Amino acid sequence: MNGMGIINGLIVTMKNFFRKPFTVSYPEQRLAQHPRFRGQEFTWYEERCTACASCAKFCPLGIIRIVTHPSEKTPTEGDSYAIDAFDIDIGRCMYCGLCVEACPYDALFMGSGFEEAKYRRGDLVIDVDRLRRAEKRPSTWYRPQLEAQRYDPRKGEPMTWKGAGREAVAFHPIQRPAREDAQAKPEAKP
Amino acid sequence: MAFLEGNALFRNLYCLLAGNPGNAASCSGRDGLLPFDWEWLAFAIVAGLIALALINLFLLFAMFYTYMERRLLGRFQGRIGPNRTGPVGLLQPVADAIKLLTKESIIPNGVDKLLYNVPPVIMIAVVFLTLAVLPFGRNTFIANVNVGVLYIIAITSVNVLAVFMAGMASGNRYATISAIRGVAQLISYEVPMVLSIVGVLILVGSLSLVDIVEGQRIPFILLQPLGFFIFVVGASAEMNRPPFDQLEAESEIVSGYHTEYGGMKFAFFYLAEYSAVLTTSGVIATLFLGGWKGPLEPWIPSHLWFLVKVFALAFVFIWVRATLPRVRIDQTMAFAWKFLLPLSLINIFVTAAEVLLLGQATEGQGLVVSTGGLWLMVAINIVVAFGGVLAFSRMVSLRTTALPVRAGVPQASPQVSEVAS
Repeated sequence: MNGMGIINGLIVTMKNFFRKPFTVSYPEQRLAQHPRFRGQEFTWYEERCTACASCAKFCPLGIIRIVTHPSEKTPTEGDSYAIDAFDIDIGRCMYCGLCVEACPYDALFMGSGFEEAKYRRGDLVIDVDRLRRAEKRPSTWYRPQLEAQRYDPRKGEPMTWKGAGREAVAFHPIQRPAREDAQAKPEAKP
Repeated sequence: MAFLEGNALFRNLYCLLAGNPGNAASCSGRDGLLPFDWEWLAFAIVAGLIALALINLFLLFAMFYTYMERRLLGRFQGRIGPNRTGPVGLLQPVADAIKLLTKESIIPNGVDKLLYNVPPVIMIAVVFLTLAVLPFGRNTFIANVNVGVLYIIAITSVNVLAVFMAGMASGNRYATISAIRGVAQLISYEVPMVLSIVGVLILVGSLSLVDIVEGQRIPFILLQPLGFFIFVVGASAEMNRPPFDQLEAESEIVSGYHTEYGGMKFAFFYLAEYSAVLTTSGVIATLFLGGWKGPLEPWIPSHLWFLVKVFALAFVFIWVRATLPRVRIDQTMAFAWKFLLPLSLINIFVTAAEVLLLGQATEGQGLVVSTGGLWLMVAINIVVAFGGVLAFSRMVSLRTTALPVRAGVPQASPQVSEVAS
């Protein structure tokens, strides 16, 4: 019947009228980011970093700048360079996360934030002091060990450097649910 | 002195200024502030004051309406709408007004200066002039013009001139296209819109809007469902509201006839467009919804009933805007000439026949239909309305056959004229 489409359309819009709005009033209400969100501020653990500069080499934009000098540490104390500068220019960053994938020691993580608007381009460079000071709430993107520990960047305690690495799950079976056959094996050996 | 005869405010102000010279306005016998024989000045002052108050009140409502439209459109689209300025965003129109007032008034090179500057004023004046004959409440109106309906039709027709002047004077191709479309659309829709009022006039026997409200024993939306439908559709086309906003189709012609306007001149267009919704709703409420009449009148004042009806109709306009997409210009024209015009003629014919058959001749008032007869007319007219809409909606979707190609005329492309599928 001609004209029924118009009436059906009016009914549809009226249903939408009485529905709750989909949008939120942003500064007051915020939608929660996913734990794997590749956010703007990076989380960096100085204790884990050897200043190998893998992140800087893998960055397709070349926006990570690392300056080091040989440290006095012996290999037994933990072989690493001393870091003079660790700058990430997030003004040019595209948040591909290749630096995080490249890090062999799980020292660099993506963040969860998206509100890094600044008045000057220079303010967008994250320097080493800011990385040291920042609260350690890494995103779980590309870091399954964080998810295995039920860690969520949006709530709970910040992550310590000890829990952030893959060895926290791989070498310490306490974190994993114990298997029954794994316990049975040592008894059979002697 | 029919001017606001029942209005106590007017009478008191007038008496305060003019005293009681002779027979005027039944003032108590005391001297006025003005010297003797200066009635005309008292009249001018009081009329000016009331016009000022009315126009400002109306503009306030128009401002609120712009807020309401944006807010409700937001809700229809699953958004929240403006809620930042003031409590729940109520001051948003004030912020818009300040922004537009402080903008530089730019007149582009190559426009016709006079024709460019006049249209905004005409647009807004037309809206204000419509207010003059609308009865806002019981015994409340500026003027009881005995050709009120004719006056409104004549005044709102001037809109076409403003649109055409604005479009042509801008020297912009988009504006020119819009002006051409505008003239075609506005003139086409005026015909069925005016003819749809004739049914009301047959029933009431008067062109005065005050008489029309008082003559509505049953709201005319029941007696004239077809006329109401045609009038609402025609009015929304006259106001360039979606789905008939051919004049400022953003996706096709930027902003149409007011593309080249900015600042306060644009604000006038904007304001005229939105306040036209209110005045048109007022006219529709007066003609078809019983105007200021309503139940529980001593407790709910008649002015409030009028406002409620106006804003209910405005809500319907917003609802339709949120629902329907824009139709093409050929569909728009086909809808006016093939659908609305025959229906309005049928409406006139049926109403006239019913009044002739059912009406009893009375002295001085012509044919008057009894209440029982009116209810019979309601039943017949509703059936006629549905039947007519169904029958003629097929006519809109009929494909017109291509004209035969004359020999010797070069054809750029195959001539396929396709109308509203």
